[in-house]
Amino acid sequence: MIGRAGRSGRSAWLWLVLLVAAVIAAPVVAVVVDGLRSTGSVTLPADLAEMVVTTLLLMISVGVGTLVVGGGLAWLVTVGRFPLRNALTWMLVLPLAMPAYILGFVFLSTFDEAGPVQTLLRDAFGAGWLPPVRTLPGAALVMTLTLFPYVYLMARAAFAEQSPTTYDAARTLGASRSRALYAVVLPLARPSLAAGLALVMMEVLTDFATVQYFGVETVSVGVYKQWRGSYDFESASQLSVLVLLFAVAVLAGERLLRGRARYTQRGGRGSGPEPVHLTGARGWAATLVCLLALGVGFLLPVLRLTGWAIEEARRDADGVVDYRFAEYLANSLTVALVTALACVAVSLVVAHALRMTGGRLPRAAAQVTTFGYAVPGAVVGIGVLLAFADLDELVRAAGVEGGTGLLVTGSVAGILYAYLIRFMAPAYQAVDASLTKVNTTTTLSALSLGASPMRILTRVHLPLARSGVFVAFVLVLVDAIKELPLVLLLRPFGFSTVSVWVYELAKENYWEKAALPALVIVATAVVPVYLLFRQERLIDRHPGGTA
Amino acid sequence: MNAILGIEGVSKSYGKVAAARELALTAEPGELVTVIGPSGCGKSTLLRLVAGLDRPDAGTIRIEDEEVAGPRSWVQPERRRVGLVFQDHALFPHLDVTRNIAFGLDRLPRAERRARVDEVLAIARLGELAGRYPHELSGGEQQRVALARALAPRPAVVLLDEPFSSLDETLRAQVRADTIAVIRATGTTAMLVTHDQTEALSVGDRVVVMHRGRIEQADTPVSVFERPSTRFVASFMGDAAFLPAHVHDALLTCEIGVVSTVPGWGHVDVDVDVVLRPHEVALTASDDGIGVVAAVEYHGAFVLHSVRLPSDRVIQSWQPHSVRHPVGTRVAVSVVPGVTPTLLVGDETVTKPPS
Amino acid sequence: MRTPALVVCTLALSAATAGCGIFGGSDEEPADIHVYSARHYDLENAFGEFEEETGLKVEFLFGEDAELLQRLETEGEGSPADLFFTVDAGNLWAADQAGVLDPVESEVLEGAVPEEYRDSDGSWYGLALRARTVVYNPDNVDPSEFDTENTYAGLGDPKWQGRLCMRDSTEAYTQSLVTALMESYGRDEAERIVQSWLDNDVDIMSNDILLLEAVDAGTCDVAIVNHYYLARELEEKPDMNVELFWASQDGLGVQLNLSGGGVVTTSDAKADAQQLLEWLATDGQDAFVGDNHEFPVNPDVKPDEAIEAFGPFEPMPIDAEAYGRLNADAIDLLEEVGYE
Repeated sequence: MIGRAGRSGRSAWLWLVLLVAAVIAAPVVAVVVDGLRSTGSVTLPADLAEMVVTTLLLMISVGVGTLVVGGGLAWLVTVGRFPLRNALTWMLVLPLAMPAYILGFVFLSTFDEAGPVQTLLRDAFGAGWLPPVRTLPGAALVMTLTLFPYVYLMARAAFAEQSPTTYDAARTLGASRSRALYAVVLPLARPSLAAGLALVMMEVLTDFATVQYFGVETVSVGVYKQWRGSYDFESASQLSVLVLLFAVAVLAGERLLRGRARYTQRGGRGSGPEPVHLTGARGWAATLVCLLALGVGFLLPVLRLTGWAIEEARRDADGVVDYRFAEYLANSLTVALVTALACVAVSLVVAHALRMTGGRLPRAAAQVTTFGYAVPGAVVGIGVLLAFADLDELVRAAGVEGGTGLLVTGSVAGILYAYLIRFMAPAYQAVDASLTKVNTTTTLSALSLGASPMRILTRVHLPLARSGVFVAFVLVLVDAIKELPLVLLLRPFGFSTVSVWVYELAKENYWEKAALPALVIVATAVVPVYLLFRQERLIDRHPGGTA
Repeated sequence: MNAILGIEGVSKSYGKVAAARELALTAEPGELVTVIGPSGCGKSTLLRLVAGLDRPDAGTIRIEDEEVAGPRSWVQPERRRVGLVFQDHALFPHLDVTRNIAFGLDRLPRAERRARVDEVLAIARLGELAGRYPHELSGGEQQRVALARALAPRPAVVLLDEPFSSLDETLRAQVRADTIAVIRATGTTAMLVTHDQTEALSVGDRVVVMHRGRIEQADTPVSVFERPSTRFVASFMGDAAFLPAHVHDALLTCEIGVVSTVPGWGHVDVDVDVVLRPHEVALTASDDGIGVVAAVEYHGAFVLHSVRLPSDRVIQSWQPHSVRHPVGTRVAVSVVPGVTPTLLVGDETVTKPPS
Repeated sequence: MRTPALVVCTLALSAATAGCGIFGGSDEEPADIHVYSARHYDLENAFGEFEEETGLKVEFLFGEDAELLQRLETEGEGSPADLFFTVDAGNLWAADQAGVLDPVESEVLEGAVPEEYRDSDGSWYGLALRARTVVYNPDNVDPSEFDTENTYAGLGDPKWQGRLCMRDSTEAYTQSLVTALMESYGRDEAERIVQSWLDNDVDIMSNDILLLEAVDAGTCDVAIVNHYYLARELEEKPDMNVELFWASQDGLGVQLNLSGGGVVTTSDAKADAQQLLEWLATDGQDAFVGDNHEFPVNPDVKPDEAIEAFGPFEPMPIDAEAYGRLNADAIDLLEEVGYE
């Protein structure tokens, strides 16, 4: 990608990418190797073919759904001015903060046949008013309405920084607003939309909690059944390799379809298209659309959780405040912040190194760093355990007494490492999408000015990818606070987080007791999301003056 | 024939900044109007208002007799038949050249669309580049694509927003010549915004000089250069010395002596400023001359002399390339015979004696 | 740029400071007994009582069965765990098979835990029992409709068409119920039974509470749930329109499962761990089953009033080995007939 000039020092960046990829891929590789090494025959589920079809269907429908909902809402808040727009703009990210292991129960206890909604409808109008909820379309709908913020967030940032002249050019060439949207604005936002979509796909692939509640058998459900029910981790790990292959196919497919087209714009960071003031009924209709999207993934669960929390408080006022609460919250925050900073830093280094070196090898290595998101969380956790066990063996073989000790599960190190593996994908996708829109010539001109790669990183790439960096930070932070399987599996004694606390209670159906800490998880996400939007001026754009 | 473009009393503010104040302007069919002014003068706003990307606060805009913006009318940009070529070209990076050009032709049947694209590709000499993506084109080629794209739907008027400013010096002249040739060949009415005086004067049928949101002068290139209507136009459209002068009984004098006669100013006795451009100033080496050569710039065909006058003001003079007075030479300064210099009272040009 | 960057830095720094304890290890004195537990109910209270009685400090770590077992295996020698508690006899058997449990010989345990609820080598001991039985909505079902000999199998009778709700196949409870059917009737017959449920359009749900709510609302007439969920729900909503029926009382008995645990092979506090296990099987039984309304394994300990109200029942014998060995087959069976 980059020419002959100034090669010195850049091979170091290549090695760095390879090293990062190796470190991050190690646990996933460990799982695969462990799976292949096992001499016992691998048992694949009898209905594997059906699972694969179900997984594909779910991926496609949620993919299309999130693209429409997330992309559409991003466009609406970018161009439209309507009541409550500013608040809704950042609140639309909040469904991300709701843990999946809470959502499934909340939805079904609300919308299933015995739930209040259908009971009400039945009492008022007789039976048969809602189609069956526990179906693939039901799961797809709920996942769409909880996962769309990935696409929304990425699209929002992309639209806001698009150079307005391209949109204007389309308009003066006779394109209506909607044609300008689908023919120019959306294609130009493609790297960001694809990044958001990739995250959605990986979430769908590795989700267990939601699909299980809706009775949808994806390959991930197969993984868990094989592992938990058949005590057959080898088969489970091989199945998760299949899940990973799905993800690889999605990512590679997107790259291939891009062909020679590029998405960088001249003129750098723009201020997005001119706003349209929606007045009267049209304005309120826009507000309603946002509220509806927000309703299912956020408002409804929050309302139900609040209801349960109140019930619990009425029953046992003293039990509501737990003395360990502060400690758990501090743990959650610390781990999430450290993870977010680490993921962003590593993503930035990888994305930057890619632009310094170019070529297939580092590109592939960079892609590998995101695979941790495409393997079910618990499998990543086991991978970390296995990787450390192998390391321990190596260290012992090298003659060190006692090996590495209990490095993984004896300290928080294992959790942080696992989180880095798991959350590199959202961080890298966001940072890379932002850097993809930075012109190669910008990098080249910086290089030609004699700037060292390090200087280009801090002075050129970091500032230009700023919005991506912020998005990455917030995504990881919010994801890490609610993360469950890894912290559950890898935490040392005496270490617990809010999400573990919620899960311990939810797992045993103590929903009233779980409600308050679950609300705390959601509330914790509000702060960084709000700061992100204010920071990036995604909330309110000042009318742009022109020369 | 009716004007293609008619602008009347158009004003536009962004917040507290008045970007356009009561603009009035027309463009005849096939006319190429250049708009010039310092940055922030409102020239881009003018284009955005015509294109429909911004809505005027007051005034009306008519394109081909249809009112497209007015107190009670508003036509969306996509229905205005206005082509716009952006400074950064704004090519669609995800579409190849053919599809960029075809973008504005989506309402045509497929066969017609293809024919028109081919036609435009030929006019803009882009045939070989049809399958390339924008990032695979040079700056000049990108500019040609942008123009071709704007012209393809046969707009009533095409607006060009500093289209050559992103090109390097050597390329610019050629691209400009090509562009103008295409516009002339297609008979398109065009409005070209620039901040380059030479460009404005050389390509425009008419030059519109803008300053602080107002049109200072809209006239032929010759008039704008030789008969500027304001001090701003005089100073902006070319180098000029402004010397305090006096008119008495039709005789104009300043510190270099008698400049010229001013016909019809027989019975006045007023102070004015006289505008002297370098090509209007003659120099003669002379020991009792009042000026001293302060700097000499060799420009090839001509040599620019800067001469310091007793008042410490500096006046410039173009001399043929053979004439070169060394710095420090004492010279007599006069006005080339036959010149009728522009006179200013305050910031306005005066053509009649003030009463 | 500046302010939020500063905020982030400050947050990170303060959190890092606050979190120092995490990385440096807690300043609290280390526990004497470390427990890995896939069971959470009331452990805290039970361990609290034990600490008060003995002065031995207990710390426990909650996790999923399979994951905890995998963790134990990979941690190997270095594992801090002294005791491993899990739910479902199959999981106990699997842990024993993995070799992470050390046999314990204890007269106290042998006296307290009936033979059928512990491993023959003493690798693990059951501590609490749960019954998976039938509940129904009395408005829509007369208990006489149930087959008293083969209640589970009887739900395949066409008269239950459209009236059944059950748990999904990812749930261990479902898997071990099917395992029990396979053990009792043979694989073919078990498959026929599951198929007959499906033929009756059984509504498959993913949570026992949701099953109870559905029966209460009358959208299901009959469901199979763990008995203690009903006890718990009735405690909160005494007017719930759900009744319990002890399954197969004239036949093999109601299906039971147990939760329990054993001493970890690599433990360095085996004596203390054994003491805790013994206490839980005796004096600690009440605390262990406590609010959760499980049945104590120790026949000398009375179950709580709420579940005594369900009346006496005949249990189906538990064969942990069969549960463990056949569980994979049960999953295959469920997949083959298309039970989600």
